[in-house]
Amino acid sequence: MKYWRKPLDSDRKKAPHGNVHVIFERCKGCGFCIAYCPRQVLEVSTEYNRKGYHPPVVAHPEKCVNCRLCEALCPEFAIWNTLDEVPSVE
Amino acid sequence: MNPNQLLGKRGTADAHPMEDFLRMDRMPHIWCSTCGLGTCLTAFIAAAQESAIPREDIVVVSGIGCTGRAAGYLKYDSFHTTHGRAIPYATGLKVANPRLKVCIISGDGDLVSIGGNHLIHAARRNMDLTVICVNNFNYAMTGGQAAPTTPQTAIATTTPYGAFERPFNIPFLVDSCGATYVARWTALHVRQLTIAIKEALLHRGFSFIEVISPCPTVYARRNRLGTGLDLMKFYHDHSITKNFASTRECDIKFQQDIVVGKFVQREEPTYLDAMDAQMKKTLGAKFVPYVGPMDPNSERTKSDART
Repeated sequence: MKYWRKPLDSDRKKAPHGNVHVIFERCKGCGFCIAYCPRQVLEVSTEYNRKGYHPPVVAHPEKCVNCRLCEALCPEFAIWNTLDEVPSVE
Repeated sequence: MNPNQLLGKRGTADAHPMEDFLRMDRMPHIWCSTCGLGTCLTAFIAAAQESAIPREDIVVVSGIGCTGRAAGYLKYDSFHTTHGRAIPYATGLKVANPRLKVCIISGDGDLVSIGGNHLIHAARRNMDLTVICVNNFNYAMTGGQAAPTTPQTAIATTTPYGAFERPFNIPFLVDSCGATYVARWTALHVRQLTIAIKEALLHRGFSFIEVISPCPTVYARRNRLGTGLDLMKFYHDHSITKNFASTRECDIKFQQDIVVGKFVQREEPTYLDAMDAQMKKTLGAKFVPYVGPMDPNSERTKSDART
């Protein structure tokens, strides 16, 4: 994560790190998660799923901060986050 | 505010956290790609978990239409009722068992058009119900006919030269009829919507939430507005949050700014409170308030095999 200045509590607080899980075949390719991810973790896949949509792929897994916005926005219940126990150290 | 606290249960690596609250045998749902209804369902499940209301106390009632499918997909006690009559069914449930939290998830065509009479009277009586009205500006399931919420100049199947009827301003309608909690959010405002549904579930009295949702297949296509994602981007750019704004000024004009926020929150006696108070005044000690079959001390509960 890039900061314009070093946060005062950066020695005590660490940004959490999340893992993104996508059910490839359940997705209907609406693109809400890709458009609204605040860290640009997701990208459109080049492959089709069985329904003929392009589901998201986790292009930058290291950027995820487990905000769970993709999970909240997904209309298909096809994407969710789990909190990684090891916080990202930067 | 920690956003993680607004989504209910956390997921595990193998299963989506909301699968426990959905009838997975009915998935995938019928809603189109880029439709906002699935997002509303996510917000509802998260809010129901966050409100800490026991799952057996929540009942979901739906009418007919795209949004009417919601009751069928949620793994709560649920009813899929006749067209427009979701509120009468819910009123009956609430009166028969006042302990239940009865939620109505239905569309604008169902609640405001064919069920408009029931909506205004439930608001007038201040029935203790939670109504989530998903507004997509037309009758989407039957092919995109003009609804009483279709904004002027918008094109629908039955208005090929543009709608000219004056649309309903739903928050103003229910506010003027006496609703005690009124909010409006779009399908993009998931966090605010989750908070609003949670507040509405815990609110005593008639709570009404209007959710503006994109309809990509009919409304957006006929009006050449792109996909549901384009409409979500439109909501992102053109939503103005004005909490406690006057509902009279919350008209929705075609592709113009949408006022969102929590408009009304007040405490007033509900239908059952008012009935109990009046009966007590008239009948005195003879009157025994009805507490419903789920009260542990009542004779009815002891004879009811379910409890």
